[in-house]
Amino acid sequence: MPQELRIVLRNVDKIDALKIDDYIDANGYKPLEKARSMPQADLIQEIRQSGLRGRGGAGFNTGQKLAFTYSAAGDQKYIVCNADEGEPGTYKDRVIMQSDPHAVIEGMAICGYAVGATKGYIYCRGEYPYVAEILNAAIAQAKEKDVLGEFDVEVCLGAGAFVCGEETALIESIEGKRGEPRCKPPYPPVSGLWGKPTVVANVETLANLPQIVDRGSGWFAAIGAAGYPGTKVLTLTGDVVNRKYIEVPTNTTIKEVIYEFGGGIAGGRKFQAVQIGGNSGGIIPESLLGTQIAFDAMAAVGATLGSGAVFVMDETRDLRDVVCRMAKFFEHESCGKCIPCREGTMRMFDLCEKVGQGKGTAADLALLQEIGETMAVACFCGLGQAAPTPVLTAIKHFDLLAGKGCA
Amino acid sequence: MDLVKLNIDGRDVEVPAGASVLNAAETIGIHIPRLCYDPCLSSVGACRICVVEIDGIRNLPASCVTTVTQGMVVRTDTPAVAEARKAILELLIANHPLDCLTCEKMGECKLVEYCYQYGVSESPFQGERHAYDLELNNPFIVRDLNKCILCGKCVRACAEWPGKDILDFSYRGFNTKVTAFGDTSYIESDCVFCGSCVAVCPTGALTEKQMRGKGRRWDVKKVRTTCPFCGTGCNFDLNVKDGKVIGVTSSPDAIPNGRVLCVKGRFGWDFVNSDKRLKTPLIKKNGKFEEASWDEAFDLIATRFQEIKEKYGPDSFGALGSARCTNEDNYLVQKFTRAVMGTNNVDHCARTCHAPTVAGLAISFGSGAMTNPICDVDDAELLFLTGTNTTEAHPIIGYRIRQAHRRGAKLIVVDPRRTELAEEADYWLQIKSGTDIGLINGLSHIIIKENLHDKKFIEERCENFEEFEKTVAQYTPERVSELTGVPVDTLYTVARLYATTDKAGIFYTLGITEHTTGTRNVMSCANLAMLTGHLGRPSVGVNPMRGQNNVQGACDMGAIPNVYQGYQAVNNPAAREKFEKAWGVPLDNKVGLMIPDMFDKANEGKLKAMYILGENPVLTDPNSNHIRKGLEKLEFLVVHELFMTETAEYADVVLPAASFVECDGTFTNTERRVQRVREAVEPLPGKANWETICEMVTRMGYPMNYQNPGEIWAEMASLAPSYAGINFERLEQRGGLQWPCPSCDHPGTPFLHAQSFTRGKGLFQGIEDVPPAELPDRDYPFLLNTGRILQHYNVTTMYSAGLMTLRNEEYAMVSPEDALELNLNTGDRIKVLSRRGEVETKIQITERVPKGMIWMSFHFPNTQTNAVTSDAVDTIAKTGEYKVCAVKIEKLAS
Ligand SMILES: Cc1cc2nc3c(=O)[nH]c(=O)nc-3n(C[C@H](O)[C@H](O)[C@H](O)COP(=O)(O)O)c2cc1C
Ligand code: SF4
Ligand code: SF4
Ligand code: SF4
Ligand code: FES
Repeated sequence: MPQELRIVLRNVDKIDALKIDDYIDANGYKPLEKARSMPQADLIQEIRQSGLRGRGGAGFNTGQKLAFTYSAAGDQKYIVCNADEGEPGTYKDRVIMQSDPHAVIEGMAICGYAVGATKGYIYCRGEYPYVAEILNAAIAQAKEKDVLGEFDVEVCLGAGAFVCGEETALIESIEGKRGEPRCKPPYPPVSGLWGKPTVVANVETLANLPQIVDRGSGWFAAIGAAGYPGTKVLTLTGDVVNRKYIEVPTNTTIKEVIYEFGGGIAGGRKFQAVQIGGNSGGIIPESLLGTQIAFDAMAAVGATLGSGAVFVMDETRDLRDVVCRMAKFFEHESCGKCIPCREGTMRMFDLCEKVGQGKGTAADLALLQEIGETMAVACFCGLGQAAPTPVLTAIKHFDLLAGKGCA
Repeated sequence: MDLVKLNIDGRDVEVPAGASVLNAAETIGIHIPRLCYDPCLSSVGACRICVVEIDGIRNLPASCVTTVTQGMVVRTDTPAVAEARKAILELLIANHPLDCLTCEKMGECKLVEYCYQYGVSESPFQGERHAYDLELNNPFIVRDLNKCILCGKCVRACAEWPGKDILDFSYRGFNTKVTAFGDTSYIESDCVFCGSCVAVCPTGALTEKQMRGKGRRWDVKKVRTTCPFCGTGCNFDLNVKDGKVIGVTSSPDAIPNGRVLCVKGRFGWDFVNSDKRLKTPLIKKNGKFEEASWDEAFDLIATRFQEIKEKYGPDSFGALGSARCTNEDNYLVQKFTRAVMGTNNVDHCARTCHAPTVAGLAISFGSGAMTNPICDVDDAELLFLTGTNTTEAHPIIGYRIRQAHRRGAKLIVVDPRRTELAEEADYWLQIKSGTDIGLINGLSHIIIKENLHDKKFIEERCENFEEFEKTVAQYTPERVSELTGVPVDTLYTVARLYATTDKAGIFYTLGITEHTTGTRNVMSCANLAMLTGHLGRPSVGVNPMRGQNNVQGACDMGAIPNVYQGYQAVNNPAAREKFEKAWGVPLDNKVGLMIPDMFDKANEGKLKAMYILGENPVLTDPNSNHIRKGLEKLEFLVVHELFMTETAEYADVVLPAASFVECDGTFTNTERRVQRVREAVEPLPGKANWETICEMVTRMGYPMNYQNPGEIWAEMASLAPSYAGINFERLEQRGGLQWPCPSCDHPGTPFLHAQSFTRGKGLFQGIEDVPPAELPDRDYPFLLNTGRILQHYNVTTMYSAGLMTLRNEEYAMVSPEDALELNLNTGDRIKVLSRRGEVETKIQITERVPKGMIWMSFHFPNTQTNAVTSDAVDTIAKTGEYKVCAVKIEKLAS
């Protein structure tokens, strides 16, 4: 029986999140001290060697990102923690921030030292005001204890748009502009917030850093799947017995996640499909359940790991309802900047509704496929590029025209 | 510059590092479709129609925002690319009213062009479409958001050109919409109707209202010409269909404006089609005008002018050229006056605006024009604006200043009024009216005291510094602060900033010149620039922005009483001899009368006859009652005009004039740029103005047989070294030529005084502060300041239906404090009285004017502001003090 391995969730239920002393007693802020005793380049090299890749969805090597920001010229640099957590069914970042806010703050301070940034922002999902309160309390305590040195952190509350989780839209939003993605390149590590070199990293990514600094890159690199080492926090939802969050090594298979940790399908019904990574994720059939929940393994089967939401669907679900709901989500969340996404999400939703009502034809599916494929390659940002994924994978793996009507 | 080598569609290309893939493809003739890209705007990569395949990149990147890299391999036309473009077009037309048959943009619509290219005739997508109402509630721009593809070009054009930031996206996703703030219409917003947004819109979403239904784009002939309004000299294309002008469109290759125009240039042209235009000569018989033939008119004019000359002598005649007419017309007017009437009594309305510039800069530097080109604004590090409301009076220059400031140039604005640029400036020096000399002396005092002056420049390039130094020594910061109202520390900051910034230029207009000290104000600006060595290089200088389209040219052409064309003095024997020989007649050697003297002499009964081309002194000159009386007293008056103006009413013969769209010729803009004006349609009265003048003069026995304006120019230029290298052939090149241009291989002169000043050494002068002639007192407690507003121009705009819809009456500006005291509300009517006259007007309450100041424009015939303005004039250039006089106010029952 596979076991959870708690790195970022190591303090859950063990310490009081609002007591900095608890965190310090659990070896907190020692890694930061250690990091500060290292030359910046060595610290970055250490993080790079750990193989840690972004947990926000894009899977970029975090040490590499730090290296870019470190070598970018700029009188001011920034660390931004992406806590927008907008994917439906995902709440891992919330759990981390609620149970161990200092781990995130410490991770940011480590990055700050590494690249020479003295200011950090936590962009917290608008629906999490209570999390922002916890973060603010933790920051106040850290300042009082003077553990952060000259590194300053500020919390900004998001405005409820999914696209603001995209790093450049998030930056625009912090700058007080309309939350729309920017052209890349330049990437944020070179030109980000106010045009200055900026590290944007996910909550979970950051929370890993103190442990990596503390225990060394070799320790981390040996955990889980080789190309995407470490653990992943997953949130289990849908028709699964245990709807809960877990943290497991990245070489765990989807099957293990559902059946070992999730306790299998609820009500003794049969498995139909699972969607991983939130609405932007692919819909995965039974035949692919042996896939590991690692970035490259998922990509290899045309799915994504994304945020780590695991949405299980039993045999009674009508997949047409499911894709219809997702198409609606994207239609609603498209920022409207680029044509393929703005117009495409809307037309996809239209067609999905038609299919959902049982009125769909093979021609409609062909049209969905055509437009979906264009969106996947031509949209401006990840939102539009990922929007057709559920529909495209559903068409690929299932018979979407069969079944009941869309409610 | 670093070059990057890449391969596009199998061909190697080398382009500068930083270029986009789209631009790189262009260099080898591959045109990638684009909807949101525009070479003159920032790139956003939003439409995605420009996607391409690039080796090693998973997605299809947008070529307009993808920078080339070494060894990149690009394919612009693969099946995947075509598929994506097609899908994008299908998505677009799924939500587009395909009423191309009646769409105004048909023929220029990008959507149609690409649908044709990719074979998209209908969309496979059904379902919702937008159903926005057509926006028709303004006179100029029709907005049909159903046709908007949300490329955002209008948003960027508005922000990056005029800098008005009116438009933005609102709502999200499918409901995204470009609108003015708060989802309002253009007319409800602060839009200035520059029309930049219309100029860039790729579809029928934004179109020119005036052109609706007037002609298909492919049937329209475009004639490039120069704007007839302010002195910026914007170029644009007259759109002509069936011998009629139907609109104006702008073009990226226009210097100095590109596709930006102001509301007058883009939409105010319709005065040329006004049914109030004069079409035939009119002769006054028994106090009433009667239509007459050209022959009758010319005969009468020839007889009367000759009679009067014989009876009262040549100096009983005076002529006014026109700052609105071509160089060629003005050359003919002065030649006629000098060679045929035998007097130097020729002047034009530069007298009422920039005569102090011509005089003052001629004294200080030796030549009275803008020292630097307009484009220098873009690279300036500091812009020192004094007495100029640039965004209204010279909008396109104002916008460039705004954009330079947004890019980081320091902006200093000296103005008693809180103008738009004053609001945006880093330092706004709200001086008391008429204290300009004091201010500049004060800044100079600080610069010398802190040893920030350019000693080398002063030593090598200038003279008489000691006198100047002695004078400004008296102007301590404390005294100057007291005098001007500017805080002492601001004086220090600004003085240091100006002196220590390398590329710092001074810009001014009539706030400097229209004072009794106008010429001395101008020379003060010259002092300041010389003191700091801010001359003779790019992005520095003393830059008077001339008010009217050809006021520079009319001066250059010698339509002023002291010089022939090219500023060759009439009292210089060598010059006179040259002209006597060329024109074949003896010429008078004494300087002639300036406009105010002409009207004084007319009132005294000594000036008996006048010829006035395209000017309306009754409306535009100060103290109009004096002008009216003078005109009444003339024995014979010929007015050559487009409309029956207040001045034309006094004429004995009115000659109908041709408008700028009906004449060939040239205008010279404020930066000395000679540009072509082109005949787009037949002259309404049957004769272009130069033809009329030639025939009139020929009738008087002095043959003028030019075949075309090019010949007139050639004769003019052959007698003036600074134009010798300019001819109509060379003027076909983009941007024309900037004088001086002494030979045909000379490229023209962007900035003056590079090695030495025109007069040799720059002349410093000690200039003392002198208060305005009339300041508020117990009886007349308010200070009246006057000027121009954006929507109007001195003349002709009153005949533009569109412009009159925007603004058709005066709203005098009153400060909130004064309004409260006088119990006035916006829209109330008041009477403004001075010692010279009175005028009625509506008012607006605004914080743009300080307490104690009333500000009015002089545009509206119903409110003839110049009935009250001062008749005090600049002692040297005789320009009226329009900027300061004392008035009182009476509230009128509404
Ligand atoms: C539409 C969209 C939404 C996103 N939302 C989130 C989010 O909520 N949280 C997050 O960490 N990353 C999100 N991302 C990914 C970020 O753009 C970015 O890759 C990430 O913050 C980088 O941090 P990491 O390297 O630590 O993963 C989103 C991306 C897209 C395209
Ligand atoms: S893909 Fe385009 S429209 Fe969609 S969210 Fe990204 S930028 Fe906005
Ligand atoms: S007309 Fe000019 S000011 Fe008005 S919205 Fe268009 S670009 Fe902006
Ligand atoms: S109005 Fe025209 S320029 Fe503006 S976004 Fe729409 S299509 Fe583009
Ligand atoms: S032209 Fe490149 S994205 Fe629009």
